[in-house]
Amino acid sequence: MTDLLVARKVRKEFGGLVACNDVDFNVPERGIVSLIGPNGAGKTTFFNMLTGAYTPTSGEVTFDGTEIAGLPPHRVTELGIGRTFQNIRLFQTMSSLENVMVGMHCRTKGGVVRSILRTPGIRREERESRAKAAEILRYVGLAESVDEDFAMNLSYGDQRRLEVARALATDPKLVLLDEPTAGMNPQESRDFTAFVSRLRDERDLTVLMIEHDMKVVMGVSDRVTVLDRGEKIAEGSPAEIQADQRVIEAYLGTGAAGSVGSDNGGDAAAVEEEEPA
Amino acid sequence: MTSRLDHLDRAKLIKLAIGIGFAVLLFFYPSYQQDLVNAVGADNTAAQFVPTVFNMVVICVYVVMAIGLNMVVGYAGLLDLGYVAFYAVGAYVAGWFATQQFSQVTFHFGDVGSTSTVPGIHVSIWLLMVGAAVLAALFGIIIGLPTLRLRGDYLAIVTLGFGEIIPQFVRNADSLHGFNLTNGSFGLSPIDPLGFGTNIPLGITTLPANFLTMSNADTWYYRVGLALVALTIFCSIRIRDSRLGRAWVAIREDEIAAGAMGVPLMRTKTAAYALGALFGGVAGCFYATYKGATFPGDFYLNISIIILCMVVLGGMGNVWGVTLGAIIITYLNFQGLGAIGNNINSGFGIDPHSSLGQHLDPPSNQGIIFGLILVIMMLFRPEGLIPSRRRKIEFEAKAEGVEVDLDDAVSEIDIR
Repeated sequence: MTDLLVARKVRKEFGGLVACNDVDFNVPERGIVSLIGPNGAGKTTFFNMLTGAYTPTSGEVTFDGTEIAGLPPHRVTELGIGRTFQNIRLFQTMSSLENVMVGMHCRTKGGVVRSILRTPGIRREERESRAKAAEILRYVGLAESVDEDFAMNLSYGDQRRLEVARALATDPKLVLLDEPTAGMNPQESRDFTAFVSRLRDERDLTVLMIEHDMKVVMGVSDRVTVLDRGEKIAEGSPAEIQADQRVIEAYLGTGAAGSVGSDNGGDAAAVEEEEPA
Repeated sequence: MTSRLDHLDRAKLIKLAIGIGFAVLLFFYPSYQQDLVNAVGADNTAAQFVPTVFNMVVICVYVVMAIGLNMVVGYAGLLDLGYVAFYAVGAYVAGWFATQQFSQVTFHFGDVGSTSTVPGIHVSIWLLMVGAAVLAALFGIIIGLPTLRLRGDYLAIVTLGFGEIIPQFVRNADSLHGFNLTNGSFGLSPIDPLGFGTNIPLGITTLPANFLTMSNADTWYYRVGLALVALTIFCSIRIRDSRLGRAWVAIREDEIAAGAMGVPLMRTKTAAYALGALFGGVAGCFYATYKGATFPGDFYLNISIIILCMVVLGGMGNVWGVTLGAIIITYLNFQGLGAIGNNINSGFGIDPHSSLGQHLDPPSNQGIIFGLILVIMMLFRPEGLIPSRRRKIEFEAKAEGVEVDLDDAVSEIDIR
């Protein structure tokens, strides 16, 4: 399987703090890869470097054959990486439909003059954008009746869905999901796990996600990468990761390994609030 | 799907009918202005409240500028305290290319009001308005490219700086290595008037060749002013509802998310600046030719602030609100305050001329009055007179203590 995304020795320093220490990482095409690690491990920093929000201090990131480290975010999106945010960042005073349509910005062309004249081409583009946005909203399970509602009035779960819909609207090859199930109840998390599989199977997408809920991680991932204090400490199939001594230590501290070694990992989510000793 | 754009329902038709009726009333205002005055009684001081046609033209100019600024501040959320710089560009386009300023050359092209032997560059004002639009937009891009990397307060401070630099430059550029570019604080005059010229095609004879030779010159300028307002409102609404308009709202709400969704931040913000500037340029060119002159004093900082007040008072982001704000403040500024003062004085039997220091003179206290209006607005209706739906819900959410703003969380991410 070819790799869609390859990161080589990616490093990010904030002053003296090394948030991401020469991480090697790759995401195979049509794979579902999870990035886990205790709080402060550098997962989101790593994400931000993949999406152009941060420029790596050193190292390179290749996406689909193109070097993307240091490109501005909109260029990265244009190349085919869509993302969601850990703390929901919807356009609060826009409707669901408008939110999704903003996601199509880099796939549409309408310029100022043609928009003022509202040429047939522009009308068609707007019509098609609306239709496509409605289709995406249906796909993620948001009814069209929310067209007139402001995003800020949606329920929490729907806001999470809308974030995914907006990312899908950018027509990505790779979707980055930053803690997509944060705040969801177990049933919603289960539904979401199934949804991520559908993204790959039905939409031919590659998925990379940061996730704390181990049931989700273990249930859906082909591969799991573990970061701790800016370093990659383990990588492998979900089963391998569950048995990995260093991972258990990173989450629970040294000495705790024996007590959860046989656990199926589902409880790790419950203790992830604890800082490593 | 219930589309707001694609079909006209009953309510829309009624709104449209009211709008057209209102537009017709406005268009014929000069015809019945005198009747209004007579109805009140020409000797009655209350008649001073009836807007003169001259002031209606000025109102048109400020409406165009306020709507232009609204694109920058209201739509894209970029606080610009130097907007009047673009007005200056427009005014000096008229000043350079329709006066005798550059008397070293004699160039005439489609101008009216001067014979072909008069020295200086004289180009048709119609063309100059287009030229002013283009040049101001270009100027917007030049100022925007370095400054729009900043945000919030920093952007405001830098635009404030540009707003100060421009009048100072104009004031002092009367001897650039001996070359008189701007004629300093004396300004440029007389600027050629508007007119349709003598070679109107299709044998239309009802259009005046030169507005200034008409007994109702103000009326003709007023008609052009109204047309500019209509055009500005039209463009503003079309852009608001377009792909670019959505991108502006997205940027205003959350730059990080907008960038991550594929909106090119610099280009989109610069577009807001350029388009806002464009209308400022047109307004400046039109106003300069109407007054027949332009001076550096026409675009000091306070004018920028007053235009910003119009936007805030009317309702940021809403074209109609901003239009109303511009009408109210410009009317008060140019006529209303004076009329109020005169009416109060005559009501109390105070002679406004002889008893210096005893009569009321609101126009000289306009700073206090506008300041008070703004403070009262901020206390009781911070979203403006006619707020946009988005702004309204934002203010409601803030009042309920819901945090909409995420600025703190994003400040450390580098923006390119």
